[in-house]
Amino acid sequence: MAATRGHLLRNIVLFGRLLRVGSLDVTPTQLRDWVAALELVDLARKRDVKAAARAVLVSRRRDLPWFDKAFELFWQARDPRELEQLELGLLVQRHTERTKRAALQKLALRDGDDGDGDHPDDRDRTARTRLYSAREALRKKDFAELEGDELDEIKRLMATMRWELETRRTRRLRPSRGGHRLDLRRTLRRSLAHGGEMIHLVGRDRKHRRRPLVLICDISGSMEPYSRLLLHFIYAVSHPRSADPGVSKVESFAFGTRLTRLTHELAERDVDRALQAAAHRIEDWGGGTRTGEALREFNYIWSRRLLGQGAAVLIISDGWDRGDIGLLGHEMERLHRSCHRLIWLNPLLGSPDYQPLTRGIVAALPHVDDFLPVHNLASLEQLGDLLAAM
Amino acid sequence: MTALPDFKHPDLPRDPRFPDVDAVIAALRAEDYIAERDLATAIYLSLRMGKPIFLEGEPGVGKTEVAKVLARCLDSELIRLQCYEGLDVSTAVYEWNYRRQLLHLRGLEAAGVADARTAVDDVFSADFLLERPLLRAVRQSRKGGAPPVLLIDELDRADEEFEAYLLEILADFQITIPEIGTVAAETPPVAVVTSNRTREVHDALKRRCLYHWIDFPDYEKEVQIVLRRVPEAPEHFAAEIVRLVQAIREEDLFKHPGVAETLDWTNALIALDQETLSDEILRDTLGVLLKYQDDLDKIDDEAVRRLLRKSRSASD
Repeated sequence: MAATRGHLLRNIVLFGRLLRVGSLDVTPTQLRDWVAALELVDLARKRDVKAAARAVLVSRRRDLPWFDKAFELFWQARDPRELEQLELGLLVQRHTERTKRAALQKLALRDGDDGDGDHPDDRDRTARTRLYSAREALRKKDFAELEGDELDEIKRLMATMRWELETRRTRRLRPSRGGHRLDLRRTLRRSLAHGGEMIHLVGRDRKHRRRPLVLICDISGSMEPYSRLLLHFIYAVSHPRSADPGVSKVESFAFGTRLTRLTHELAERDVDRALQAAAHRIEDWGGGTRTGEALREFNYIWSRRLLGQGAAVLIISDGWDRGDIGLLGHEMERLHRSCHRLIWLNPLLGSPDYQPLTRGIVAALPHVDDFLPVHNLASLEQLGDLLAAM
Repeated sequence: MTALPDFKHPDLPRDPRFPDVDAVIAALRAEDYIAERDLATAIYLSLRMGKPIFLEGEPGVGKTEVAKVLARCLDSELIRLQCYEGLDVSTAVYEWNYRRQLLHLRGLEAAGVADARTAVDDVFSADFLLERPLLRAVRQSRKGGAPPVLLIDELDRADEEFEAYLLEILADFQITIPEIGTVAAETPPVAVVTSNRTREVHDALKRRCLYHWIDFPDYEKEVQIVLRRVPEAPEHFAAEIVRLVQAIREEDLFKHPGVAETLDWTNALIALDQETLSDEILRDTLGVLLKYQDDLDKIDDEAVRRLLRKSRSASD
């Protein structure tokens, strides 16, 4: 008996590790609770054991598929060694995938840099920009035209920009001088010092809180010259540098033909690793654009969960769209109704001859609160001003 | 090989009424709640391990109902806290009865008692305390008898501040009132937390709980639910209704009808003296099932005919 219990315990620990491989973080406390739970259910009934494990170990719906898979493996393994091998196998597989990915990424990055330097009218442009101070020129230089060093400089400047989101009055009250509602508890407390005479009236007022920000970025083929840098921008917004962050919650998505949530990938502290992880998640990088379908997915799956607290939504796209235009208009309208402010950023808007006539833009514009350029650093500063005072 | 260390939960309350999962299923069924076995297992563990249960799922799948039914099964009081943004201590935990406090102070003054010290002690004592759901749950569980069922409904509507406070409460069911002291529960209440996922609830809180995602029931379960809850509905009609609702759930809609909608619809059809579904009646009563204009637009005459055909062919 002791031996089989020992087996069971080892299996349990291994199972916990197996779950972690699928990035389902299980705490030791949860494992301990599971052991306690296993004493309460019939171990011969697979369904009960599984339900018990799931109730204790899983706390998010999106982890359920991996849990189901891992549990099947756990249930089939007869002795710990089998599980151990299994876990090792999975870890190795993951590791090789990651190195392969990293190598690919590096290649891709190098290609991108080379491409940028080979512009034919390079010399003309340099001549023109000499009129301004170098920094000022850089601020106004189109992202698509940046060269090696400038690119690094822009990334550095982006990281130092301070983003501040407008606050929203919440329904939570807090004590304040001259607040509009009477704080009876504090008033009464104070009055006791004067034998119950209410001399000081303490007020309460609504608390203010930063609005959440949702960024939805087009990474299809037509956005290619901008998309890498724009991901950098999204990363910079998600990682405020100062002690008093001007943003509270930032959610980020990318889309081409489908929608990909990047919030977790971009939460990684290291810039390069964050962007690599994001690039890996995106399967439709540089492909076609189906904005309507992507927004529809956002509306159906995410909007109710993310737009609850007066969020501002930024869509970054050039509006070249090969998808269903009717759908795009419809979903823009729905999105507009469910957020506080809908801002469309278009890199092409920086060009003086640009006319917003593409089918996508025409369908989307009626439902947009602000239509702004996003092609250089100056335009980002302009965006910053808008976000601070919506 | 190491032996199994003693990981037993400190005090597993042994309730003779629920020796195993099957007993929970039977007890829920006796109260007209048809639960999937997985949900019953989670409830059973929550009762035995004294851990809160966290229920997530689409609106209308019966999350709140679980708490109500549990209270009836356990024959204990249901204490409900409906969450909203800005929910604070004075509405969730306790509040002082200011009117009485003021009157009392005036009384003291009239009687010529001027000692401020006694006034403070008097006025901030248990007599002047108004208990709100959380304090009530903790206090009730001290009075012997069955611990109450505490329903914290739609936690996703509350803000992060309240969530942080709740994390503390759920950890040890202990409330500190500065003026009086600490009140702790003897046996923790049976806590049920629900969320519609309009906002992601923090992981730390979910980890303290037993988590269960309630899905829409399958066909057989849903027919059973309808028959239990709307006994006037003939069996063949209930089956027809459920087949249609399940067909609608396969449609590409913004918001799919929940079990609550199935029950409302059944009641509506019975009230209209219907015994079978037709194009016309489905069109006229679609508003009971679908609550968004876009969804209603999508289910046009052609879609109605298609759905009816589909649900009829499923019965063969």
